[in-house]
Parts: sequence; structure tokens; C-alpha cells
Amino acid sequence: MTTEDLTGFQTPGRGRGILDIFRWHYLLRLLIRKGTSTRYRNSVLGWTWSYVKPAAQFLVYYFVMGVILQFHKDIPNFAIYLFSGIVVINLFNEAFGNATNSIVDNRALVKKIYLPRELFPIAAIIGALVHFLPQIAILLFVCLLVGWVPSFAAIGAFLLGMIIILAFSLGLGLFFGAFNVRYRDAQNFVEIIKMLSTWTAPVLYGWAMVQATLPAWAFHIYMVNPIAVAVEYLHYAFWDPTVENGAGFPPHMMWYTVGALVFSAVMIAIGQLTFRRLERGFAQDL
Amino acid sequence: MEKTMDQRPRIIVDGVRKDFLLRHTHSLKEAFVARIQRKNAAPTTFQALDGVSFEVGEGESVAVLGLNGSGKSTLLKLVSGVLEPDAGTVLTRGRVAGLIEVGAGFHPDLSGRENVYLNAAILGMNEAETDARFDDIVAFSEIGEFIDQKVKHYSSGMFVRLAFSVAIHVELDVLLVDEVLAVGDAPFREKCTKKIKELAEQGKTMLIVSHSLGMVKDLCDRGVVLRKGKKIFDGPVDEAIKALQG
Repeated sequence: MTTEDLTGFQTPGRGRGILDIFRWHYLLRLLIRKGTSTRYRNSVLGWTWSYVKPAAQFLVYYFVMGVILQFHKDIPNFAIYLFSGIVVINLFNEAFGNATNSIVDNRALVKKIYLPRELFPIAAIIGALVHFLPQIAILLFVCLLVGWVPSFAAIGAFLLGMIIILAFSLGLGLFFGAFNVRYRDAQNFVEIIKMLSTWTAPVLYGWAMVQATLPAWAFHIYMVNPIAVAVEYLHYAFWDPTVENGAGFPPHMMWYTVGALVFSAVMIAIGQLTFRRLERGFAQDL
Repeated sequence: MEKTMDQRPRIIVDGVRKDFLLRHTHSLKEAFVARIQRKNAAPTTFQALDGVSFEVGEGESVAVLGLNGSGKSTLLKLVSGVLEPDAGTVLTRGRVAGLIEVGAGFHPDLSGRENVYLNAAILGMNEAETDARFDDIVAFSEIGEFIDQKVKHYSSGMFVRLAFSVAIHVELDVLLVDEVLAVGDAPFREKCTKKIKELAEQGKTMLIVSHSLGMVKDLCDRGVVLRKGKKIFDGPVDEAIKALQG
């Protein structure tokens, strides 16, 4: 058989990684629809929960940070400031958490049928994005009430923030999702990262307070974190236009943005490589 | 038959070895501690397949025979791409679809209709192809008006019939069949066998794993016999069955 012409032959089980979403876009669409339509199965309130949960979370933070700790004195329109940061954290936690569990949750399929397994974390992340839209709707509604007007700068900042946070979630999600198959310890790492995510970005306070406390190099590290950069872009998009003299971007924001984008891209590369390496064992280890 | 048809094989299995690792560590902590203590952290290996080679030609129906644990299902999973071999190569030509554990992709909270589309997509079909076959799929499954009910309300028989019906209507060149014919009641089983025969007559290539020797004799002309992961016979199906029993 060595002399045979092997054109047109494929090695089963070899995909093209995350690029497969283009060839398998139809399945991806169905997987996302499955995720969104079964999310609130057997639930009376259904999608209302997507509004209730962030609202409850917001009220708690607002009461503790704004009313008890009096943060609203330093930051005008503190409610909008807080909420536009929280939605980023929620999106990150949801996307990253779902992506991590996506392979294990789909074990029935992974063990029996070959399809590019990257589809599962990607569908999980897009599903999280769909889930995030109600929160943005609430935020927009409140912003419009206090006189927010859309601008190209605001929309651009919002989209850039989204790209950064989704890319970062995808990189981490691929990495931990693959790891989670063999060692369920990954889930606990992820819990810790999710718990810390709120505190690694200027959500409950302003970046100026961090700058005043940390040495310059530490502040640079703090600000190059993709979550912090995305939060700042959402502040710029939704909160800045609603106040007289907002905090604006921290200095060197362009470099932080480049840093965050590079960091997210590297994370996707690491995630994809790890995923590919561990993918060989998925069917056995599940 | 020998018009312009491609005479090259559809499946090539060449010197394939598959080891399963029997891991003794299940968490990072255990793996770490075992490494520190230099205990037998190295997982024990179990050889499921050892140097198996054969080819399946265009339009051939080949049975893979063997007792439990002989590596039949592992072999099918290697051909479908779910597992990768540790040594040797597996190559396929054309669209490969498996009747392997049908219903793996079904979601109980979706309707029969939604599940048909989802599973057809999982098996590699696009929307237009599924649309074109949808009526055939429903007719074959005999689900009828229940197609818009949630699958969790189906009886197990209905569930299996619909799942099988999706899988058998997938556009394919190579069909892998693993024991699924043991599903459903006798009339439905007969219908499935008939459908598989029909596909075989259309020149589809088949690789079939089954314990039902009668069915194997009926569907296949050639048999490959495995014993403890090694190929011990490859030839006409009658002789293969003798080799299995002997």
C-alpha cells in the first residue's frame, strides 16, 4: 500500500482548531441555539432571571459600596459607574466558566462522535454573550434616563472592550476546558479566578485610587490586565458621557490596550495548543 | 462496475496500535504526590489494539468480529476519529458517518424536530441537506405527529427510532455500525437491516461490528476477526465466523 496515491484521504479526528468554526458554522449556530433555548428549561420566570440576578447583585454592591462605604462621594453617578463595570465581570465569569465546563458537559458527544471540540467552548462563550445582552439593555436604559447620547466613540469603545474580554475568555476557556477533562481541579482554579476577577479591575473604585496606592510598575501590570482594560472601555462608553468631568482614561491607555490585546492573543494561542495536545485523550479521559 | 469509479480503498488501517492508560492518579494533588514519592506514577498500559492492518475497498461491507474486549469498538472509534492511534495510521476517504451509540447528541428538552436538525448537523450535514431529508427521516422513524413534542416525553422506543433514523439518513460514503441494531422492536430492527442493505447495494462502504452472527452473515461478505487486539483472520465471512468460534 506504500505506493498508493493518497490524495483525498483524511486522517480521522484531525480538525483545524478554532478555525473550524467557519466550516462548521451551521452546527455552531445550532449549538448556541440549544444552549439559549434550554437555559431556562422548566422555569416559570425564564429569561426574567437574566434581569433579576444582575439587578440583585447591583443593589448589594451599590448599598455596600455607595451607601455604607460612601464611594459615591468620589465618583459621580456611581450607580452607572458600578454597573458598567459589573456587566463586564459578569460576562467574563459566565463566558470563562461555561467554556471551562463545556467539554465535560458534552461528554456524551465527545466520547462517541468526532466533531471539532473547539466548537463547544466557542458556543459556550457566544451563549454567554447572548445572556449578557439583557444586562446591557438595562444599562442602556438607565444611561438614557440620565441623558446619555450615543456617539461613535462610545460605541467603538464598547465594541473594543467586548472584543478584549471575549478573546481573553476564549483563551482561558480553551486552556482550562481542556485541562478540566483530566483533572477536575481546573474547576476550582476557575472558581478562584472568577472570585478575583471583580477585584482585579477598577469596578468598585476608580483607577486613580489604585494609581495613588501602587508603585508605577505595579499599576502598569494592573492596567494591562484585559479585564481592567475592558472595564475602562465600558466606563468610557457608558459612564463618562453622563458626568460633567469624568475620570477619563488612565495615562498610556493605548499601550494598555495593545498590551491587553497581545496578552489575550497569546492566551488564545496557549489555550489552543494545550487544547490540541490534550484533545487526543478526551474520549479516554471523560 | 468498473467505470470511472475510484478503485482505491475507502478505509486504510495500517499497523495500528492503541494503548489505554489505566491511570492511578485522578487529581493534580495525587499526580504530584505520586511523582514526589516516585511511586508507580506511570500509568499501567493496556493494549487494546496491536498492529492491526487491513483495507476496506470501495463498496465493500466488512464485519469486525471478536469476543468482548477484543478491540472491535476501539477500532471503530479510531476510524471515526473519536480516538487517535498511538502508532500506525488510519486514513479514510469521503464522508464517514457512524451509527455509533445513536442519540448521543439528543437533548431531552428540545423537540423531536429540533433534535433532528441538531443531530444531523453534529453528523456533518448542512441545513439544506437536512431540509431535503427531513420528511424521510420522520417517515422512517414512524414518529408522526409527535415530532414537535419534547423528546423527554418520548418512549424509549420512539427515542431510539428517531435517533437511528437521523443517523441512517446522513449523507455518507462510509458507514460505521456498532451494535446499534440491537435496538427497537423486531419489525423496526428488520427495517433497519433492510435500510442498511439498501445502502450497501448503492455502493456505500460499510464497517460493521456486531455480535449477531446471523445479521453479519446477511450484510457482509468479508470478516476481520480480532482476538485480544490482534487480527487473527481476514477473509470470507463464513470462514471468519468459523475462525471466531474455533
